[in-house]
Amino acid sequence: MTKKHNKLEATNLDAFYGDFHALKNINVAMEEKAVTAFIGPSGCGKSTFLRTLNRMNDYIDGFRIQGQILLDDRDIYASNVRVDELRKEVGMVFQKPNPFPKTIFENVVYGLRIQGIKDKKVLQEACETSLRQTALWEEVKDKLDKSALALSGGQQQRLCIARALAISPSVILMDEPTSALDPISTAKIEDLIHELKQHYTIIIVTHNMQQAGRVSDHTAFFYMGELVEYAKTKTMFTSPKNERTQNYITGRFG
Amino acid sequence: MLHIDEELNRLREKLLEMWDLVDYQLTSGRDAVMNADHELADQIIKLERKVNNYDIKIDRMCENFFALYTPVAVDLRTVLAMLKINTNLERIGDTAEGMAHFVKKLDRPFDPELVELTNMMVMYDQALAMFRECRVALVKDDTKLAKDVIKLDKALNKIYRKSDVIITKYLQANPDRIPEALALLSIIKKLERVGDQVTNMAEEIIFYREAKVVKHKRKKKKKED
Repeated sequence: MTKKHNKLEATNLDAFYGDFHALKNINVAMEEKAVTAFIGPSGCGKSTFLRTLNRMNDYIDGFRIQGQILLDDRDIYASNVRVDELRKEVGMVFQKPNPFPKTIFENVVYGLRIQGIKDKKVLQEACETSLRQTALWEEVKDKLDKSALALSGGQQQRLCIARALAISPSVILMDEPTSALDPISTAKIEDLIHELKQHYTIIIVTHNMQQAGRVSDHTAFFYMGELVEYAKTKTMFTSPKNERTQNYITGRFG
Repeated sequence: MLHIDEELNRLREKLLEMWDLVDYQLTSGRDAVMNADHELADQIIKLERKVNNYDIKIDRMCENFFALYTPVAVDLRTVLAMLKINTNLERIGDTAEGMAHFVKKLDRPFDPELVELTNMMVMYDQALAMFRECRVALVKDDTKLAKDVIKLDKALNKIYRKSDVIITKYLQANPDRIPEALALLSIIKKLERVGDQVTNMAEEIIFYREAKVVKHKRKKKKKED
């Protein structure tokens, strides 16, 4: 077996919100076309770390980082990197489904329109491909011109994933993508993650241990801004090396 | 105490209750073998049903635990170990029952000379000691003791390996005692099994405490030698 390429790599990464030291010397490499899960209690830095991967934290006053994050061996914080180009490469899906108050069609092609694509045929094809990838096509193909807000929560979240896919990213960041969904919708998203990893590198933050176990190949456990343990998911959930990891995943924290 | 720990403790207590029942079977089995005590043998055989009920109950408890708590890491390894220790305990109970059946075929105690020659009672005491030490290892989560228990199995195997030759010689000298000698050989075989089963249980204790797989390791090492 050949070792997979590291899609994303953080080296000696520190992050600060003003005086608050949110991430402490993080070193981690995330494999291409695999799912990496970040787990840890609230405030441990996992979401902060996820957001550094497409520079979502740039807008926060007082936020700064030290160290490097490499995407395909290029430093994403280098001065010549355009953030909009980076976001095309690294898409994101949030905790609560956040469709725009527009039609389903306009939601999916939103990113493409911003890129200046006007050709109706190109947009239609991209819409169908993205909706098929998220297993939503059959459910919505007859109501593409209806408001996305009329969809169920689970459908809205899959629509948001389709919207992220439409601009052809290579990495998708997911911040607790199923925490607002019922078990059936959750299962659909998890199946989807499993499908998508054939073509995309997926990084997911989750509070649901079983979800991390089911969907991810590697798991990173964060605690108080530190990366405590990073290993194959199977190893993490059967024989973690660090006692803090064990206490967390077995619910014996603190 | 965490709810999950309470459940694990209940499981462990149930297992120890079963352990004590099987201990009674093995300990009485020793007296039954020594004295060709049919009545005691009957009691041992009767207890088997009770042991089987524990086996089913513990299996069910483990199944529920998996379904309701989706355990991971040390919790997962503990339940897996409990499940396997349960299976081995039940088999040791079966083995004790098997020995009791042999006792029932005896019309008098074994020839003391034969018992002495084969070291059968030494073997029995050693097997009992292993069984009891293993219980202590489980109660105290003592993996060092579990490792010591595994080492004790060597002495049992040694006695077992020599028994064929000793009994063959004895039979040549005492051709009128064939059924008796064969029964004794069968009991030695059963005791050897008890040693293996206790070893399995000790290995499970090491597995769940240290996340280390020790079973099948010694065989590999032997091949290398």
